[in-house]
Amino acid sequence: MTPLLDLENLHVFYGASQALFGVSLQVREGQAVALMGRNGMGKSTTIATACRMLPLRTGAVRFAGRDISAAPSFRAARLGIGLVPEGRRCFPNLTVTENLIASARPGPWDLARVQGFFPRLAERTHQLAATLSGGEQQMLAIGRALMTNPRLLVLDEATEGLAPVIRQEIWAAITKLKADGLSILLVDKTLSEILPFADHCVILERGAVAWQGQPEALSADIATTYLGV
Amino acid sequence: MDNLRKEWLLNALLAGALFAVPLWAWMANEPFIITLATRIAILAIAAVGLNIALGLGGMVSFGHALYLGVGGYVAGIAAYHAFNGTTVMGLPGTNQMLPIWGVAMVVSGLVAGIVGALSLRTSGIFFIMITLAFAQMGFFFTLSWPAYGGEDGLPIFMRNQFPGLNTARPWELFLVAYGVLLVTLALFAMLRAARFGAALMAIRQNPDRAAAIGISPFGIKLVAFVLSGMITGLAGAMMADLTRFVSPAMMAWTMSGELIVIIILGGVGRLFGPVAGAAILVGFEVFFGGLTEHWKLWLGLVLLAVVLFARGGLIGLIAGRAQNG
Repeated sequence: MTPLLDLENLHVFYGASQALFGVSLQVREGQAVALMGRNGMGKSTTIATACRMLPLRTGAVRFAGRDISAAPSFRAARLGIGLVPEGRRCFPNLTVTENLIASARPGPWDLARVQGFFPRLAERTHQLAATLSGGEQQMLAIGRALMTNPRLLVLDEATEGLAPVIRQEIWAAITKLKADGLSILLVDKTLSEILPFADHCVILERGAVAWQGQPEALSADIATTYLGV
Repeated sequence: MDNLRKEWLLNALLAGALFAVPLWAWMANEPFIITLATRIAILAIAAVGLNIALGLGGMVSFGHALYLGVGGYVAGIAAYHAFNGTTVMGLPGTNQMLPIWGVAMVVSGLVAGIVGALSLRTSGIFFIMITLAFAQMGFFFTLSWPAYGGEDGLPIFMRNQFPGLNTARPWELFLVAYGVLLVTLALFAMLRAARFGAALMAIRQNPDRAAAIGISPFGIKLVAFVLSGMITGLAGAMMADLTRFVSPAMMAWTMSGELIVIIILGGVGRLFGPVAGAAILVGFEVFFGGLTEHWKLWLGLVLLAVVLFARGGLIGLIAGRAQNG
């Protein structure tokens, strides 16, 4: 079976400095893959490359069997990669509803379903995104990605900097999405929250895959070596 | 009272005043005031067009006079051939506003499509300069086009007609302009509330972020730019009929500036910003123009004050910050 997302041997540069040295990873349909590693190891670069926001020198990005290595980012999003960017990145001067409908594409996820999924968003339809709390903005960013009816949800540090209660709420939401069969690629740092959730873990070290496997196989030794925990 | 309700009240007040004042003038037999109101309505239509590109899309077009002029020349040329009984490119002229408006919108839409496709590859100062350059090309083209008057312009001997109304009468022409203004305002409101409007505003705020979630910035901006040009072109055809004259001056860069000034005075991106701005501009022209030849100096000072202290224009001053800033 062809994987949904297939990153093959990515070599990516920021100007003259190389950030990725041959990263390869796959996300299969219905699978939740966690991308891990310390700061500066290439997690966000890998995400940005998969979402076609960075050019790649060599290698290939394939999504649902199509080569999108040279596609612009909006094409990747329309094919079904729903990005929830790091730091949320909502449109501050648009209302909650406008944020949600701006990039909406037809499918099972519509305004009513997103509002049902995150009731807090339903209470704040005409509020500007800039006036939402961090957790609400995170829900908005996830809701916005769901409105594009993605086949793969990409979450970059979705719980970073949020209060513990809100983190739990976000994790519960993501877990529900996974149970519904949505494929997920996520970047996160909190091992205790990732391990019960992910089907497959990939650890990056200096722009290359250092280890990958099932979460059960991730021993304390490996965690100490690559994640420093 | 919250700002949203204040804005609706202000909008209703502006729409009401723009109707009530000429109505009074009609009953008091003051045709000059009716014509002024018609001018405000038509300038407001042109500015509603620009407001789609500038207000919603953040595209500072410094060449929208081009579409005003294209629309004006379509009306002038159609009337000219209808009057002479000659044909243009195998087509007879016409003195009917409705087909003229259709052609004016199609032609200005085509021109905006070409200009937009080329200019939207740039942004910022380069976008401003390239749109200006295209408008100047139009200006000098009409200036050196002797078939339709060249720099002397092209008079429209008989005002074009609208079914069921006598457009030679100022009040009935005003009704036409007012009706079209309401339709374009409704179109603007619908556009802003739709997914298209949200996507356009998202691109204005951050094009890369918009692209990352599946919005193609170029395509959406181009469609908005074409729509914008079409509405301004429609206003141009009406403007030509109001003054019964079309000349290269309609495409002059000062006219492009005037449209931007209208939007800034009224409120960028606000539904009734163009109406408020056009009323202020024409009001200044009439009242201060009667007192001094140098009325533009005072307009300049007001513009300066608005830009420095009231960035939301008149609407922003009264109804607070835009909900969609």
